[in-house]
Amino acid sequence: MSLAPPNFPDLKTDQVESYLHPSVSVPEGLNNNVLVTTIDRLYNWSRRSSMWPLLFGLACCAIEMIATASSRFDLSRFGMEVMRPSPRQSDLMIVSGTVTKKMVPAIVRIYNQMAEPRYVIAMGACATGGGPFKEGYNVVSGIDKYVPVDVYIPGCPPTPEALMFGLMKMHQKVDTQSVTTADWYKREGSAFVPVPHLGPDIFDPRQADLIRAETMSGEAVAADTGGDRAEGGVPGGLRNLGEKAKARIAQAKERAAARLAG
Amino acid sequence: MFGTGLLKGLGITFKHLVDTYKDDIQSTPARYQGSDDRGKGLKVIDQPVDQEGLLTIQYPEERRLLPERFRYIPMLIWDTETDEERCTACGICAKVCPPQCIWITRATDEAGKPVTRPQDFFIDATICMSCNYCVEFCPFDAIKMDHDAELASFERFPHLVYDKGELTVPLDYYAALWPTQYAEEQERRAQEAAEARAKEEAKAARAAVKKEEEEAPAPEAKLSRAEELKQKAMERARQRREAQS
Amino acid sequence: MSDIVAPSTTVAGPLDVAGTLALVQEALPDAKPVSAGPTDYLEVAPDQLIEALQVLRDQGGCDLLSSITCTDYLSYQGRARAKDGPRFEVVYHLYSTAQGGDCVVLHVPVDDGESLPTATPVYPGANLQEREVWDLYGLVFDGHPNLRRILLWEGFEGHPMRKDWHEAYYEEDQKPFRSRHPRADFARSEDKVPWGKNTRYPADWDPDDWQEPVTYVPVSQDPRSRNGAGDHLSTESVVVNLGPHHPSTHGVFRMIVRIEGETVIALEPDMGYLHRNHEKIGERNTWLMNMPFTDRLDYINSMSNNWGYALAVEKLMGLEVPERAEYLRVIMAELSRIVNHLWSIGFILNDLGALQTPALYAIEEREMILDLFESVSGARMMCNYLRFGGVHRDLPAGWAERARYVVHERLPRALDQLDDLLSGNEIVNTRGRGVGYLSAEQLISLSVTGPMIRAAGVPYDIRRCEPYGVYDRFDFDIPTLPHSDVYDRYYIRLLEARESVRIVQQALAGLPEGDILAGKGGYVFRPPEGEAYGRVEGPKGELGFYLVSDGKPNPYRYHIRAPSYINLNALAPMTVGYKVADAIVILGAIDIVLGEVDR
Ligand code: SF4
Ligand code: SF4
Ligand code: SF4
Repeated sequence: MSLAPPNFPDLKTDQVESYLHPSVSVPEGLNNNVLVTTIDRLYNWSRRSSMWPLLFGLACCAIEMIATASSRFDLSRFGMEVMRPSPRQSDLMIVSGTVTKKMVPAIVRIYNQMAEPRYVIAMGACATGGGPFKEGYNVVSGIDKYVPVDVYIPGCPPTPEALMFGLMKMHQKVDTQSVTTADWYKREGSAFVPVPHLGPDIFDPRQADLIRAETMSGEAVAADTGGDRAEGGVPGGLRNLGEKAKARIAQAKERAAARLAG
Repeated sequence: MFGTGLLKGLGITFKHLVDTYKDDIQSTPARYQGSDDRGKGLKVIDQPVDQEGLLTIQYPEERRLLPERFRYIPMLIWDTETDEERCTACGICAKVCPPQCIWITRATDEAGKPVTRPQDFFIDATICMSCNYCVEFCPFDAIKMDHDAELASFERFPHLVYDKGELTVPLDYYAALWPTQYAEEQERRAQEAAEARAKEEAKAARAAVKKEEEEAPAPEAKLSRAEELKQKAMERARQRREAQS
Repeated sequence: MSDIVAPSTTVAGPLDVAGTLALVQEALPDAKPVSAGPTDYLEVAPDQLIEALQVLRDQGGCDLLSSITCTDYLSYQGRARAKDGPRFEVVYHLYSTAQGGDCVVLHVPVDDGESLPTATPVYPGANLQEREVWDLYGLVFDGHPNLRRILLWEGFEGHPMRKDWHEAYYEEDQKPFRSRHPRADFARSEDKVPWGKNTRYPADWDPDDWQEPVTYVPVSQDPRSRNGAGDHLSTESVVVNLGPHHPSTHGVFRMIVRIEGETVIALEPDMGYLHRNHEKIGERNTWLMNMPFTDRLDYINSMSNNWGYALAVEKLMGLEVPERAEYLRVIMAELSRIVNHLWSIGFILNDLGALQTPALYAIEEREMILDLFESVSGARMMCNYLRFGGVHRDLPAGWAERARYVVHERLPRALDQLDDLLSGNEIVNTRGRGVGYLSAEQLISLSVTGPMIRAAGVPYDIRRCEPYGVYDRFDFDIPTLPHSDVYDRYYIRLLEARESVRIVQQALAGLPEGDILAGKGGYVFRPPEGEAYGRVEGPKGELGFYLVSDGKPNPYRYHIRAPSYINLNALAPMTVGYKVADAIVILGAIDIVLGEVDR
């Protein structure tokens, strides 16, 4: 059998310590008796320790999610044993599996129905970015095209450990939020995501203008983008990449060049 | 009689409950047989097959013992013996990859002639289906499967598209994760190298007598070096994660 | 509870395929016999199809229409076909559950724009599959009772399985894509499309013109409710929508139910919420690349799926499998059958309202089996373990001992405990017995296979009736139960899991030494031209792969005959007349996996 996995960093640092208020010092002898904290910390601690996930499975990844919830990995250690079938009672949606176009309107509706503050985890390669089925005509390449995602977990399927690591990341994210700046306490609340419609293909009302501009332009759009090939070119290329991505790719190239030279 | 089935069901459930505690009490302190306490309270649990029921793995303090063949996302091997990467940019992995999530650019030298090294190597982890084909068909043992499944990130792009720098790990990291396969491979490689050398030698002998200069380092020294490199790999993994979060 | 088990019976001798085809030819002299690789079939004109099917059913004894699919020969590269023939061919596979043996194959050539008659009057089980062919290929079946889209939605533009239909992320017809090596700047498919999504719209289409389509609502399917007067209480019927997000539907499945009071009077399954385009992607993949995709069909049983596909390709290529590999395949497939049956038992109980506890007990031992899978193949669920001509890797050290302990000690104990817990339970009995009845004849005419028909007393099991692998070497029974209700469907799974344990025990004891992979391995395969249909007895029923090769490194046609999908033919007839709460359990007892239903 193999050796143990490498010692990953201590993710779960001392529970209490991280909630102590940094700028208020407690006299030496009272360390164990007085706890100075802020509303945010207390509030976030209680929120993250009892997240209620939505009982919501889409595909293969859902099976691993059930395995994570069952006796061997036991999600109740994270305060998550109650998976609610109703979106009204839950605040965490684990999108576990391939998102198809036919399913997206339902997912967006469910998302809008969830109680705020609501969080979304994209579990698995499919929910993250389309996964192995990305090229499929009925597959959405990542649920983040429609609803905002907080944590992405790659893997096909993510093992229960990977899922739990993702949940801990989720906790980290909750910890960074503050009552004063949170969307859901603002007067206007946070916005609903408009539900996409199933037309000749799925379309997002937010992009209606863009789509109209293209379809009405007189050229057949996106019908066959294999065209570049015929001219001997390579499709794609570094178009539309974010600055960060370009910088990272440039760095990687430099590193590689340095290695080749050295 | 009506009701017996229900009583029986409750009885079985109750037995399960009692068994849990019985097992705990009986096998304390050695509850986790075969576990390996690696310090920092990190335990690796390898449940013996004859232990009844299932042990709950209290992640993250405890981890399941992953079998050697466990596969998640590929990694590229940096051969610490020759101090260069093993990948020759032959492109076979990109050819066999079912969802086509590998992108390789072959490097060129100053004259613009292609050389057998990759300049870029990308794996899109949001597409990869962990199928193992790239590993299976790589003729140079240059790509292997990582066991690190803790890859969750707050951002999808470009964080989950791994470039060459992020994919490369030292050979000894691989040797630590895949000891059996590594040993077999080393044997095979040594044999192949010996054959190649024999051929070379024969050729050299025909031309002129030449002395072999190979001096293998002492095994102890090598072992500690392996240890050191493993530490380094782990350090890298940690940094990678920190950089991500 | 062994008293209710009917003694295992076997079927009478194998079906004489050549003789049956000759019968059809006698009746229809125009039918043309064709031989394509390992398969001989008859080519029948569309207007003679019904007659041919009737001959097969009434004289040939073919009572089960297993698979209907279509091939679009638009870009066929092989030499065996005339270039100017009709564009489509609809393919029918039939066999006899009474006799066993191989399938009888019919092809019906149809050109673009032509239609062909529906087979539903002869074989009601043709229903869903004909709808699928209409949806994906756009062929019209005249007289079909409900020819609507099934995997996609009404209003979708085009028929995606046609060879000339391309999606927005389309890159090339065949993998490997040339843009990946050796000059490959990383590129995202998203960047090809202005709106960054895999969608395409017809020219001049305006999103503002779009209108919400009228939802299809089924009308009464119950003969008693409207037509017959008498004692039936006249109430207004209500339409209830279950799914696609509903905890009882085992995934993303939708049922539109019309109820009168609590009684279901019509039910319409709606699927496609997990339609992942396996077939379209599969025809772009190379032969080997499809193997890990099959893992994701019925994602609880990757090993069986691998086997079905490997079997079909081996048939096409004429590959022999070494003995040790055959044994390993049997071990893995049977272990995964046990996993599947434990899972489905647990979730039938969930549907009965026993939320979680029995399911958790049932899937406890699953983890032990998954550990075994993981240590041999590297993954818990998506094993990708089989290869054409064998298996990928040999067992690691200590595996066999561990497996032996699991099948000799742990699994029998777990199955006994489940039996003890559930079989005598009042709730399981009252809610299961007599619910969801359909006679064996009805089930077979609806093309249902697997544990469902064995729970109706039909001892049809491909492992016995057309043995593949080395199943003929093991001593095991095909359990059958007589009542064909939810209870029997639960109990048959327990019995089958016990038989599987027996098979694994024998296979582990007799595991020979030797090679595990025939041939050179490698990653390029070019099976000779022809077509093959490979089928295995999957845990959910007959899992078949229909493959057409044109001699190139990519399959020309890759079709999956998915048991979960076809078994859903029986859902509506089974549910009508029962209470809406029973509908949930009846669906649970069919044991569907959405990855396979929608593919
Ligand atoms: S990521 Fe993999 S396991 Fe998860 S749903 Fe997609 S194909 Fe299935
Ligand atoms: S990883 Fe292996 S197969 Fe892939 S390009 Fe490098 S040497 Fe070739
Ligand atoms: S594991 Fe499979 S999907 Fe992932 S990079 Fe390798 S070949 Fe591609």
